[in-house]
Amino acid sequence: MNITATTAANVTASTLATGKRKDRNTSSLIFMGALWFSMFFGVAVLAALILDTALSGAGRFDSQLLFDYESTVRKEETGFRAGILGTIWLMLATALLAIPVGIATAVHLEEFADRTAWYSKVIEVNLQNLAAVPSIIYGMLAAAIMGLLGFTYKGIVLGGAIALGLLILPVIIIATREALRAVPQDIRQGSLALGATTWQTTWRQTLPSAIPGIATGTILGLSRAVGEAAPLLMLGVATVRFDPTSVLDKVTALPLQIYSLASAPQEALQEAASAAIILLLALIIGMNAVAIFIRNKFQRSW
Amino acid sequence: MKSPGPPSGAGQVPELGHKRRPGEALAKALLLSSAVASIAITFGIIAALIEPVTHFFGQVEIGQFFAWQDIGQQNIRPAVLPLVLGTLMVTVIALVIAVPIGLGAAMYLSEYASKRTRKWLKPTVELLAGVPSVVYGFFAVFFITPVVLNGWLGLNVSFTNSLAAGIILGVMIIPTIASMSEDALSAVPLALRQGSLALGANRMQTTLRVVIPAALSGIAGAVVLGMSRAIGETMIVAIAGGSAKNNSLDVGEGHQTMTAFIAQTAQGENPVGSVSYNMLFAVALLLFIMTLIINSISIAIVRRYRQAY
Repeated sequence: MNITATTAANVTASTLATGKRKDRNTSSLIFMGALWFSMFFGVAVLAALILDTALSGAGRFDSQLLFDYESTVRKEETGFRAGILGTIWLMLATALLAIPVGIATAVHLEEFADRTAWYSKVIEVNLQNLAAVPSIIYGMLAAAIMGLLGFTYKGIVLGGAIALGLLILPVIIIATREALRAVPQDIRQGSLALGATTWQTTWRQTLPSAIPGIATGTILGLSRAVGEAAPLLMLGVATVRFDPTSVLDKVTALPLQIYSLASAPQEALQEAASAAIILLLALIIGMNAVAIFIRNKFQRSW
Repeated sequence: MKSPGPPSGAGQVPELGHKRRPGEALAKALLLSSAVASIAITFGIIAALIEPVTHFFGQVEIGQFFAWQDIGQQNIRPAVLPLVLGTLMVTVIALVIAVPIGLGAAMYLSEYASKRTRKWLKPTVELLAGVPSVVYGFFAVFFITPVVLNGWLGLNVSFTNSLAAGIILGVMIIPTIASMSEDALSAVPLALRQGSLALGANRMQTTLRVVIPAALSGIAGAVVLGMSRAIGETMIVAIAGGSAKNNSLDVGEGHQTMTAFIAQTAQGENPVGSVSYNMLFAVALLLFIMTLIINSISIAIVRRYRQAY
């Protein structure tokens, strides 16, 4: 094929075949404009949110915000130390509870379960349903579980971690299953052909290959747990003025502190809440960025 | 002729698959029990809710619960229908915002954006779903209501109102609808588009008349899932949507929703076994049943009408 023909073919491929050349009439342009608008509407709202909050919280980006406890007397110096530490404790405890169970469930469903069996289908539909159960109901379930376990006082790390763990379990399961499904069958067959058992294949070949996908999904799930307030509200998580030292200590969380300040009429407290929102957003956007970075950097495509 | 590989037929054939591996059996049992635990969660939810609800209907008649006005003793406020109305109002407002915009974003991502643009646009849109709902609620009260609704649009809405809550709820579910619809649009085979383009259609005609109809089941599933997210969302409506039952249809007023009722009542003093304590569970059970039905519809739509190409 000579150069002219190749160029002609390229031109055909890039213009005619995509219909771009016919996009220039009025209705098409209006349609494209509408699509552009809807694409950037959400981004614009997000930008407005961050800008507005950052401006109203600008006066409070100081060390007291990070290192002091909540104070209703000296409103200009109220801090979020308890919420920040509480959020970290809750996040770690949630991860310890939810990640092993989530990955185990996903591995069972993808690698061991008989997919045609009725109970596999029940588990499947059940998981899709659990993923959309309102978060506040997980809080009520966790409260009931804590009651059964015999804890009489409210608002401790363990209860919050149970609620948040239940909440993100479906997210982790779904992400892990997708990651496992992306591992090509050849790798499993190669391992089995060398005499490995299904378990050895899963443990030494399939799971290691799926780690980037699992990590991405898990971090995204945890970042959702970090921002949740509703389930913690149901567990009676309230204000504390000390650092938690065990999973049985009382705890508060950043989103809950923000919630309690949202109804406070004093401007100084609203300013502090705005600064805390920026803190929370930075944490969550950071976690999202790490997840996307892992996905782009380490995910192999076979 | 001698074969170059290992000698065959010589020596003992190893007995494959008969070695006992207790560790492995244990591992498999653990995996299975994790999977079964997910079913146990569903039953756990129902069990946790049912018991207080049976007590509740011992204290209050069903007619008092499914009522528009609180009737009965002074301190009991058992009517649930105003809460359902509040929930439906913010949900409808949210869908009015989120369906066209989410679908538009999905069409742009799937049909118009180049591969490189999509690679960074999609995570940005999905970030909207990552913003905590407390933050959205705060934004609705301190920006949407005073600046946008009362300022720019010149409406006269109250401090907490269903309009601001619904709008922000809509923004929150845009990514749910956009992401799932985009998956459905991308699954439509290229051949359908090429056929349409070959007949002289432009991209708008192809998108609207060929790709969208072919992906309709996935889009419907996305909308229904977005609806169930909106019904179950708590913090936005608890902060920005009002804290009193309201039977009026004016979106400029505050309406307490089912989730807001649960959140706000749970903060007060509710001794275990009291009517107000049991009422929390009755509303939660109703909420759970509503979302369960809606989710099942979404799953069924996507399953049944998925066209296999």
